[in-house]
Amino acid sequence: MSPVKHVNDFVVKFANVNGSGSASANEMFARSILRMGVPVASRNIFPSNIQGLPTWYEVRVSGKGWLGRRGGVDLMVAMNPQTWDKDIAGIDPGGYLFYDSSKPIPMSRLRDDINILVMPLTEICNSTYSDPRQRQLFKNIIYVGALAQLLGIDRAMLEQMIGAQYKGKDKLIAPNHRALRMGHDYARDNLSGACGLKIEKADAVGDRIFVNGNDAAGLGCVYGGATVAAWYPITPSTSVAEAFAKHCGKYRVDAQSGKNKFAIVQSEDEISAIGTVIGASWNGARAFTATSGPGISLMQEFLGLAYFAEIPAVIIDVQRGGPSTGMPTRTQQADLLICAYASHGDTKHVVLLPEDPKELFEFTALSFDLAERLQTPVFVLEDLDIGMNDWLCDPFTWDDAKVYDRGKVMTAEELEAGKTFGRYLDVDGDAIPWRTLPGTHPTKGAYFTRGTSRDRFAKYSEEGSVYQDNMQRLLRKFETAKTLVPAPVVRRTKEKAKTGVIYFGSTSAAMNEALAALYADGVHLDTLRLRAFPFSDAVVDFINAHNQIFLVEQNRDAQMRSLLVNECGIDPARFISILHYDGTPITARFIIAAIAERIALKSKEAAQ
Amino acid sequence: MTYIAKPKLRHPGIAVNKLGFTHRDYEGSVSTLCAGCGHDSISFAIIQACFELNIEPHRVAKLSGIGCSSKTPDYLLGQSHGFNSVHGRMPSVLTGANLANRELLYMGVSGDGDSASIGLGQFVHCVRRGVNMVYITENNGVYGLTKGQFSATADKGSKSKAGGSNMDSPLDLVSMALMVGATFVGRSFSGDKAQMVPLIMAAMSHPGPAFIDIVSPCVAFNNHAGSTKAYDYVREHNEAVNRLDLMEPREAITVEYAPGTTEEVALHDGSTLRLSKLAADYDPHDRIGAMTYLQNRAAAGELVTGLIYMESGATDMHANLNTVSHPLNRMSEKQLCPGAKGLESFNASHR
Repeated sequence: MSPVKHVNDFVVKFANVNGSGSASANEMFARSILRMGVPVASRNIFPSNIQGLPTWYEVRVSGKGWLGRRGGVDLMVAMNPQTWDKDIAGIDPGGYLFYDSSKPIPMSRLRDDINILVMPLTEICNSTYSDPRQRQLFKNIIYVGALAQLLGIDRAMLEQMIGAQYKGKDKLIAPNHRALRMGHDYARDNLSGACGLKIEKADAVGDRIFVNGNDAAGLGCVYGGATVAAWYPITPSTSVAEAFAKHCGKYRVDAQSGKNKFAIVQSEDEISAIGTVIGASWNGARAFTATSGPGISLMQEFLGLAYFAEIPAVIIDVQRGGPSTGMPTRTQQADLLICAYASHGDTKHVVLLPEDPKELFEFTALSFDLAERLQTPVFVLEDLDIGMNDWLCDPFTWDDAKVYDRGKVMTAEELEAGKTFGRYLDVDGDAIPWRTLPGTHPTKGAYFTRGTSRDRFAKYSEEGSVYQDNMQRLLRKFETAKTLVPAPVVRRTKEKAKTGVIYFGSTSAAMNEALAALYADGVHLDTLRLRAFPFSDAVVDFINAHNQIFLVEQNRDAQMRSLLVNECGIDPARFISILHYDGTPITARFIIAAIAERIALKSKEAAQ
Repeated sequence: MTYIAKPKLRHPGIAVNKLGFTHRDYEGSVSTLCAGCGHDSISFAIIQACFELNIEPHRVAKLSGIGCSSKTPDYLLGQSHGFNSVHGRMPSVLTGANLANRELLYMGVSGDGDSASIGLGQFVHCVRRGVNMVYITENNGVYGLTKGQFSATADKGSKSKAGGSNMDSPLDLVSMALMVGATFVGRSFSGDKAQMVPLIMAAMSHPGPAFIDIVSPCVAFNNHAGSTKAYDYVREHNEAVNRLDLMEPREAITVEYAPGTTEEVALHDGSTLRLSKLAADYDPHDRIGAMTYLQNRAAAGELVTGLIYMESGATDMHANLNTVSHPLNRMSEKQLCPGAKGLESFNASHR
């Protein structure tokens, strides 16, 4: 098999042992390619473990700017004996294997259709360093140095990056530079010309930023005006609360008094976290919690209360693999139904579906407006792929003319002027009632909030007609929500397509690449990217305008299909589900293969 | 009986407090609890305490969970916002409400099922976080609304109305509150208004987590012989460690006590709490001593009531979190949003 040759378009995968210090070295490798002006998409595939279990870091290099996973591996940096066989098997034919040759590997554990790049890493480390921790850490830097030489990454730039990283810990700079150079020189002297993968300087990154979704969500909460956060640690959402704390430390400390314009409570569990969010929102503060699937399960009862008593709440759900503890460090889109219909009884909730960190930042800020306008829980449904990986996206922007929509809150002046207050009275025809905040007026506007049935003036009632009147209004309020949530993004091909594709969330990045490839092969598909539940009329129109819809999801049970069939009265046969749920982010190759296969089947059936 | 409206007529000679409010202004809807229920006496004591303290009713937020006790906020302070939340989860809701606006008085009303069983976790965590509140449990040792099951505060060996014995050890919320850092802890008995009212007043004046456990017999399901939460039993085994009177600022002390048996404690709002010792060796400022005393008396079969512990100079969750004095719920985008300028440095640091 002849060695593959690619410029600015390949996949490098690092197989490491968790806790060995590889993460920062690998990330530096990815960033160095960005500095060369070449887009990358990086993904951490890591275990629920602190030290010892296998972890991978995948770097998609794409001059064309594809930011999803492509699938396959062109260069495997195999640093973990535990996963050796699987890692070797994952390399594309003609691809490259880089490994530590300090211990001989029998030929039987290699492949003859791949190209070998060897380096006695451990030997070099052991002869250079005596401290075991240094031997481990510098090994990572040495292989980065070697890879830089093989791929053509500017070493001086890497040295600069190391200098910036260890600014303030200056004595670490020289040893890191030395390690980098050792790797670089070894590759130059021993592996020259052995690698057909190259990075060439380009100008395809522009002013884009490289940021993870949870950081963006935490910042979105600051921009959205959240003052109260209550949360319980759970992977992969923990870094949302941590990011909020970090950004608040920068942006929300009163310069004069040194006091905080925010309050963060690390709750005793997720039930308490959502309770605190509801209490704060009831009292007029913007509040949120961040959690993952198991937390959403625990919050169900409270979410029903917030729906029925009409209290704003923002819940950021960073989805991971379920059910139960499932795969805590893997990604999925499997909390759709539990969020959309959270709690017992008849309930429906607003769910936002961002595609990347930038949209996550915007949707998180927006969610507070929606929650207060609609007086109901709003879910920001991201996932581990968006939340914990660095994504290349456009710089974040903010319109300084923007004013928060605090919704219908009756003031003391309005009450004093004799405005009629009925807590559950629809006076404006949009089914959204007015609320008052505790402490507003001495004699007007007080009411009793409860999860039990009550009339339009918040008086307890078990009267069937009164109960139904309220439940019907809540349905009408959900109709109002349709007009306020982000609209779907529709793209039509120049050719009149009879087939459409619907997708959402983190699938976007891989989908973009898949669609381009399919189009090049003559497969013309219109697309609709869902951005929120409830579904607007545009979604139904799109489905009705096509004979067949591919519905791409990252879960087993086609949850979005259930939701579309149920909410829009669509014939289930209209949908062909493409489901990816092994816990790794969906790849372009997977989508291309799945759609091509079904289209081929269709044309075969048609021919017969 | 919520369909019965209270008559609006009032006696011309009815007492009026400094704010011009009458007792009636602190009342709520007509109670739907059983006639003779201890909880109604507690509601009355809360009303009395608010009247005496000249509290503006709308500056109180009353929160509860689920159960007979949790219904009672509807029967008092009709001009206050109330929140009847989820079973056992009132403490977290109250915590959030308090974070949103630190200027109101937060009153949590709960019961032994709500706070000692399903809500035990939330109860202790709310207290240990130092939420500034008055947290009252109306403790009857039994589930009333579901007709007579034991709760977690039922004493071992206590008999149910149906004849069964409770074989599980009881939880003592007072001991627990002391252990997890409540800075004001009291216990009372719904049959002792003279003790309840000043205790609640003192708790309302306290600037930190204040907890009062009030034993409140359930006349329908737990007021029989063999129950340790029955009126007769509690009266016989009640051991009050002190007596409390609240005095307005600069009010002359007219009642004389034997020297060495009274103590005056300045309260947060400028008024004074006069504590008359009934148990000579009891010091309500000694947390560990209080815990030991409680355990000793409990072993002797006695129920210690009165002001059990009070910390002077207590602070609260807002102090711990270093939050601004301005309520968080009244902040605008100008105060909260860093704007486009704030994003410049964020974007730059991610390139």
